[in-house]
Amino acid sequence: MLEKGTKAPDFELNATPDQKIKLTDFLGKNVILAFYPADWSPVCSDQMALYNEMLKYFTKHDAQIFGISVDSVWCHLAFEKDRNLHFPLLADFEPKGAVSKAYGVYDEGAGESKRALFVIDKEGEIAWSYLSPTAVNPGADGILDALEALDKK
Amino acid sequence: MSKLKPEVTEKDHAQGKQNAPITIVEYGDYQCPYCGDAYPIVKEIEETFGDQINFVFRNFPLQEAHPFAFPAAIAAEAAALQGKFWEMHDALYENQYRLDEDLFDELAETIGLDIEKFQADSTKVEVKQKVEDDFESGVRSGVNGTPSFYVNGNKFDGAATDLYQMLKESTE
Repeated sequence: MLEKGTKAPDFELNATPDQKIKLTDFLGKNVILAFYPADWSPVCSDQMALYNEMLKYFTKHDAQIFGISVDSVWCHLAFEKDRNLHFPLLADFEPKGAVSKAYGVYDEGAGESKRALFVIDKEGEIAWSYLSPTAVNPGADGILDALEALDKK
Repeated sequence: MSKLKPEVTEKDHAQGKQNAPITIVEYGDYQCPYCGDAYPIVKEIEETFGDQINFVFRNFPLQEAHPFAFPAAIAAEAAALQGKFWEMHDALYENQYRLDEDLFDELAETIGLDIEKFQADSTKVEVKQKVEDDFESGVRSGVNGTPSFYVNGNKFDGAATDLYQMLKESTE
């Protein structure tokens, strides 16, 4: 897994069937990447549902969050709609898991992304990263601590 | 291990003695079915361990997933201003299956609140702020879903039934 101080590998992934998100377009903003295994995990303990409630805290730190999994754009769209999510989910779908692999957080056995968090600073450098056990939702306290440390820089 | 931040203060709603040896903090959402399931178990814990337990409830409404979670939290905090937080907390969980926007006034009446004051308090900035402060403290404390429990300031990784089991084993 890529560590603090590494330049974040650029990528371009679909957020919707006709919209692509390119990481380097977000230079000048803090970026949170939340890799997760799959859409449709149970609601109340769902990591994406938690981040969805936290968008105003992320905005306060001038940060944009993206969820990333190997699910397709259509799956993401249905999941976003069902859960009322207000931030983009990116499809690391073709070639499968390429971005997850570039960040060192692809689980070859399961064929899914691991549960991993990255906070990338305004210059595009990884400021914080965290790998969570797949079954454990890592929450958001680590992200907030990392963003606060960036604000103080 | 995640720690409770901030620690329990007099601003919290606590059921039990402040100097009890075990303080349990729950971050809960009134519309979350898992919190609804935990409610009777928490009651059982309080009954079984009595004075040993100080139980504190903090709001963690997942508003986007649960449209009535935030107004329900507001209703409980507004009831608190008439000294009836726990009555409203209990009524909300006991009526979770029929939670909707008309329920709050009905419950307020059932538990004997001054309805006009309750309605006015429900729109107060301080009441909304209390709910939001609770939520932020939950995020800071590493809440990753509801319900999340803290025992003497440390995050407990498990459900209410696991908590009951753990307490039983540790007091035997």
